Amino acid sequence: MLRITTPVSEVEMRELRSGQKALISGVIYTGRDAAHKRLVETLEKGEPPPVDLENQIIYYVGPCPAKPGQVIGSAGPTTSGRMDPYAPLIIEKMGLKGMIGKGARSQAVVEAMKKHGAVYFLAVGGAGALLAQKVRSAEVVAYEDLGPEAIYRLEVEDFPVIVGIDTLGVDLYETGRERYRAV
Amino acid sequence: MREIAAERVTEVVERLCITACTKLPEDWWEQMDQALAREESEVGKEILQLLCKNAEAAREAGVPICQDTGMAVVFLELGQEAVVVGGSLTEAVTEGVRRGYVGGYLRKSVVDDPLIRKNTGDNTPPIIHTEVVPGDKIKITVAPKGIGSENMSALKMLKPADGAQGVVDFVVEVVDRAGANPCPPIVVGVGIGGMMEKAALLAKKALLRPFGERSPRPHLADLEERILEKVNRLGIGPQGLGGRVTALEVRVEAYPTHIGGLPVAVNLQCHAARHAEETI
Repeated sequence: MLRITTPVSEVEMRELRSGQKALISGVIYTGRDAAHKRLVETLEKGEPPPVDLENQIIYYVGPCPAKPGQVIGSAGPTTSGRMDPYAPLIIEKMGLKGMIGKGARSQAVVEAMKKHGAVYFLAVGGAGALLAQKVRSAEVVAYEDLGPEAIYRLEVEDFPVIVGIDTLGVDLYETGRERYRAV
Repeated sequence: MREIAAERVTEVVERLCITACTKLPEDWWEQMDQALAREESEVGKEILQLLCKNAEAAREAGVPICQDTGMAVVFLELGQEAVVVGGSLTEAVTEGVRRGYVGGYLRKSVVDDPLIRKNTGDNTPPIIHTEVVPGDKIKITVAPKGIGSENMSALKMLKPADGAQGVVDFVVEVVDRAGANPCPPIVVGVGIGGMMEKAALLAKKALLRPFGERSPRPHLADLEERILEKVNRLGIGPQGLGGRVTALEVRVEAYPTHIGGLPVAVNLQCHAARHAEETI
């Protein structure tokens, strides 16, 4: 089991291989549809974004509200493909080095990952109650008006992921499916 | 006429929203045990075990199984001899959803307009399907539906000549294209016949059927088996990482249709096959 501590480096990301299991600790940022749209609009206008994502990891999640006594409500990954129209620009312009989500990515995202040394990590979709237990603190740092779609700064400890697509473009979904496909 | 207070409807809907999002039905657990026995992939087995552990943790702590607590789809079977007093039935259901999602710490995942996209802040409005039935009771079913699986659903107007094989091919194509996105293992709801909207509604209703129950109509039960076998040969597996268990079940519902049509709707459901019901 690999251990990854944020912020990460391009060198470190380029060493990872599709299928490896890892535990992530440190600060990660949440972001999904609406936050990505705003970030990209900001970048396109040439304005400074509200968060610094250089060498950071984004977690595609819209958490549930915390119950009293909880740090955060259930917080599993959402479908990453919806962020595909925005991800290449965020990797290129903001220096994002990792994304945590679930589901397929577009070729444009994979190309940006290969070029800039970013990795796509998978978390188990539907395991939001367990994944929330790996979050030590959560605070909204941008776009509070978006509710569950706001950008949160999360401090995580031993957050379990699998390397889904590495910087060589090897996709675990494709290799995994190929092994069991009988059609 | 039997009078039922609108406030009672609200209380029931509130409770059902929370129950559905935090506790999976009994039949689900048995189904997952069977899936675990069928799965050959080691990673696949680990994921199925993790999903059970997650459902257990959610049930014990009374927290949502998944952060996507969905848009609330509410099915009402309204007895024709029942009358709701003290307010509108639609508002009573809406208020129940509001209270359930706000008070139950469930995620607010509804935007007011599909293009303007401002969050309504309380997960309303729900989607309400009402059917008038004999009797003096109201059966309320709340099925919170997540978008990961909903987004991979599809509908196609087949030709009568396409027949059962056309249905099989289309469903398998939809599941294959969905891949990892709907969080497999999935439940596949299929609606055939009627008109476009009827097929879609049948596909959604199929998701409410208990695990282990086949269609009572032999040709449809056979179709369910055929599709399930084919779908599980796609190799997608738990979470799409490869394996034998892509779908837990395929459920087909049918309705009479036009002489010139064969509508087919496929509504996918992630492993968290959430729904809760109560009759008042």
